[in-house]
Amino acid sequence: MDLQIALLLGQDGITNGAIYALLSLALVLVFTVTRVIFIPQGEFVAFGALTLASFQAGKTPGTLWLLIGAGVAVALVDITLALRSGVFRRIPGIVGWNLAYPALASAIVFLLKPSEFPLLAQIVLALALVVPLGPMLYRLAFQPLAEASVLVLLIVAVAVHLALVGLGLLFFGAEGSRTPAFSDASFDLGLVNVNGQTLWVVGASLLLIVVLGVFFERTIYGKALRATAMNRTGARLMGISTVMAGKLSFLLAALIGAFSGILIAPITTIYYDTGFLIGLKGFVGAIVGGLASYPIAAAGAILVGLLEAFSSFWASAFKEVIVFTLIIPVLVWRSLTTRHVEEDE
Amino acid sequence: MKLNKLVVAAAAAFGALGVQADITVGVTLSATGPAASLGIPEKNTIALLPSTMGGEKVNYIVLDDASDTTTAVKNVRKLISENKVDVIIGSTITPNSLAMIDVVAEAETPTISMAASARIVDPANPKTKWVFKTPQHDQHMATAIAAHMAGGGVKTVAFIGFNDAYGEGWYQEFTKYADTYKLKVVANERYGRADTSVTGQVLKIMAAKPDAVLIAGSGTPAAMPQVTLRERGYEGRFYQTHGVANNDFLRVGGKNVEGTYLPAGPMLVAAQLPDSNPIKKPSLVYISKYEAAYGKGSVATFGGHAWDAGLLLQNAVPAALKKAQPGTREFRAALRDSLEATKDLVGVHGVFNMSPADHLGFDQRARVMVRIDKGAWKLDK
Repeated sequence: MDLQIALLLGQDGITNGAIYALLSLALVLVFTVTRVIFIPQGEFVAFGALTLASFQAGKTPGTLWLLIGAGVAVALVDITLALRSGVFRRIPGIVGWNLAYPALASAIVFLLKPSEFPLLAQIVLALALVVPLGPMLYRLAFQPLAEASVLVLLIVAVAVHLALVGLGLLFFGAEGSRTPAFSDASFDLGLVNVNGQTLWVVGASLLLIVVLGVFFERTIYGKALRATAMNRTGARLMGISTVMAGKLSFLLAALIGAFSGILIAPITTIYYDTGFLIGLKGFVGAIVGGLASYPIAAAGAILVGLLEAFSSFWASAFKEVIVFTLIIPVLVWRSLTTRHVEEDE
Repeated sequence: MKLNKLVVAAAAAFGALGVQADITVGVTLSATGPAASLGIPEKNTIALLPSTMGGEKVNYIVLDDASDTTTAVKNVRKLISENKVDVIIGSTITPNSLAMIDVVAEAETPTISMAASARIVDPANPKTKWVFKTPQHDQHMATAIAAHMAGGGVKTVAFIGFNDAYGEGWYQEFTKYADTYKLKVVANERYGRADTSVTGQVLKIMAAKPDAVLIAGSGTPAAMPQVTLRERGYEGRFYQTHGVANNDFLRVGGKNVEGTYLPAGPMLVAAQLPDSNPIKKPSLVYISKYEAAYGKGSVATFGGHAWDAGLLLQNAVPAALKKAQPGTREFRAALRDSLEATKDLVGVHGVFNMSPADHLGFDQRARVMVRIDKGAWKLDK
């Protein structure tokens, strides 16, 4: 192995690591706020990328039907509850977000031709279809169980994951898709050639991390999320709606997931079930951070990316073994160094 | 799944009505899970199989095994004990088909597998007496690649394959024949079908400077090593396996898979076969039927294996009907004997000549070398 190969592998590892880092942040966010280990995180990666690819192929993405279906389901549940409790003023908002919004989205998809949009507009439209699924999922699957134990929430998360993977196969078929690169630029830095998409991935990930940081530090909603993460009951006593916090964290997780998918779709082929493995590697990163610390989770995810790149060079047959074995020493180290406090039950 | 339940319910209703003469065909295939790109065209093809054979009505019961071995075995037990099937078609992949052998041999139910490994019909295993298969053995394809490489002046080869049974099986088959053709395997790498990057493996292959690279993957995931190699400036020859023979591979690979060689069943290039080739006509019939039902360009060679299974049955059923009534143990035994006696049956992947020692019965006509040229499959002469 010479320096050039090491640099190329490093570049590859950091690119993938940046995506894993984004996902690990989303996992930490969802876990700290709602105590859900969000297994379906990866599905948003696949849905985001494949929705964009469907637009480019001139097809109607199946996620549109999912959005309409989930919207109708949420509207039915919420309107019934609103009618029963007699809070009629909530109904216009429910109808607006869950029925009118999907209707507007389908109008755009069917009346205008998304395949002729510029890339940026296609990306925005793909995000507009996929991201609202996050809070809708929360409303349908997790909100009724918000007080359940971590184990119950995990089991529900697995069920949601399996349902979404099945729907992904139905919507997008078994074969994968690739999207064109954001830019074809490449930069010659002496020993290595850095291509434009790599810079996009790393740059966009960094930007997103900074934006999230500012969001948590400076905005009232960010502070509300942090407060809920620290102490649910306390936050509630201070007038922070835990339902709102849950929906918001799922919205952010869906946004991060779908955006990561759109970022990597030009580098690799995305399949309906690709997301799971990517999400799992993000999860390894999140574990390194103890499912609590954002900076350590991000660093852990970069480590996973680098480890993956170098192990694929030395022992490609054992790559996944090496990556996932990383969890064991991390868990041993964490259990030796941190004092465990039982939160539940 | 709803449809399956309907079919099962319909079949149960027929059974209750006492229509004993119907032939029941149980199908288990991998329409979901990792092998879905193979299983879906097979499932679509089953729907096109004839509704009568030898004058008797045929009921098909299609179950999905999700590319999972345990589910495949469970499906087979269900088909045998609850649906009392006369014959089983399936499964899509080798591990599932191997696991099914014990069950079907115990229940004495003839089975036609659509998976590639020769071990499924290994004559040394007495249980495979009940098992037949329609796809070419891996070694048919491996020798075709090795011979083509040697003919093209290739001396050194790098291998990269899936980190599963498919990649491992191909590596073993290919290295077995590599020596015969004086080929040196200089690199042996693995990758996962859902991996986001193969840079590490590709750099190692490039460092070994092989004359050709053989990629053993199936469907669109097989395009990734090739795309990465091309991006890194590799200029040698590319060989793929017949696992990539569908149009999605061309779509995802784009210009990066131009000039790739692969062995395939003749139906992939049916229209380009000379008229003297017996396989041309049945292939064109199958392709036009499939595309009429599922849209132009939708056909894949994997569905052809299911079609061939249907052809084998249509050929074998009349003789078996003369000996016994469907639904009986005698009928199943007669059907097995009749399948084993298949002679000169032209399928879409080759010509079947079965014998007790060979439950596939293909010869050289079952494979052609194909080159990807301007985004289409071209018969390589």
